[in-house]
Amino acid sequence: MRENENQAVQSEHAAFPWKQVFGLLLSLALTFLALWVVLGLSLSVHATLTIIIGLAILQALIQLFMFMHFTEGTEPVHQIIGIAFGLFVTAMVVVLTLWILYYAI
Amino acid sequence: MAQSPLRLHEKSRSSLPIEYSTPENDLRIVGFWIFLAAELVLFGTLFATYLVLQSHTAGGPAPKDLFEVGPVMIETIVLLVSSFTCGLSTIELRRHNKKGLIFWLIVTVLLGLVFIGFEVNEFYTYAAHEGATLSSSAFLSGFFVLLGTHGCHVSLGIIWITGLIIQIAKRGVTPVTARKAFIVGLYWHFLDVVWIFIYTAVYLTGWVM
Repeated sequence: MRENENQAVQSEHAAFPWKQVFGLLLSLALTFLALWVVLGLSLSVHATLTIIIGLAILQALIQLFMFMHFTEGTEPVHQIIGIAFGLFVTAMVVVLTLWILYYAI
Repeated sequence: MAQSPLRLHEKSRSSLPIEYSTPENDLRIVGFWIFLAAELVLFGTLFATYLVLQSHTAGGPAPKDLFEVGPVMIETIVLLVSSFTCGLSTIELRRHNKKGLIFWLIVTVLLGLVFIGFEVNEFYTYAAHEGATLSSSAFLSGFFVLLGTHGCHVSLGIIWITGLIIQIAKRGVTPVTARKAFIVGLYWHFLDVVWIFIYTAVYLTGWVM
């Protein structure tokens, strides 16, 4: 598994940065898709919010895996556990805050 | 050199990119990922606060009255492209191409400055023309603190990358400067991730509500 990843890293030396260009185009497409869903479509508030949050999470994953080399390194499991725990705490803080204070929103 | 706590055999290290070329670099890069995890939580608390306070406009302007599509989209695209150019700088780093690395870092800094310029102009427009300041309403307190914290991070990133460009110009691509360039790249991509959620939770949500 690691051997394959290292080969992938080495192939970056000469090739055109397809991964980065693809990541940029995909991010731009998702950004404008979210804008169109909000301004162009007239879905219900609930449906619109669900779609744009889904698009945002997808775009964050693109950054993480296509730009940040998340799964590379000597022992990538350390950063994966760290970021996964950070994401868990963040998600809990945001979701539970909104849930507890739903009456005040 | 003492054995790395990450227990990597020196043999497999030689096939990894330059920023992982010493055990100390490994630890510093993992340490920076942990820092980013803590930053996630920091921004999570600010997002939670903003989303709760969003509707509390105290008779002042609501999100819909303030946010304009044009400037927001320019900020979003500029930061997205700067994240891309920063990704290109990491590729040049791995090619040990000093000139390419410095070129893409300079492009990244310039795009960062454009972003900050638009954001400052946006804040100025709100405060000077709409009377929407930090103390106008709970919504605006949450808004300025969340976006201000992100803007401060971007400003710090600009200073950080500028300093690093000078160091790389002087010392070239060494294991130490390579590690620094890789870490500053992680930081910059992270700021774009935070902006994606600001774009969604603040601006798009503001137009929906």
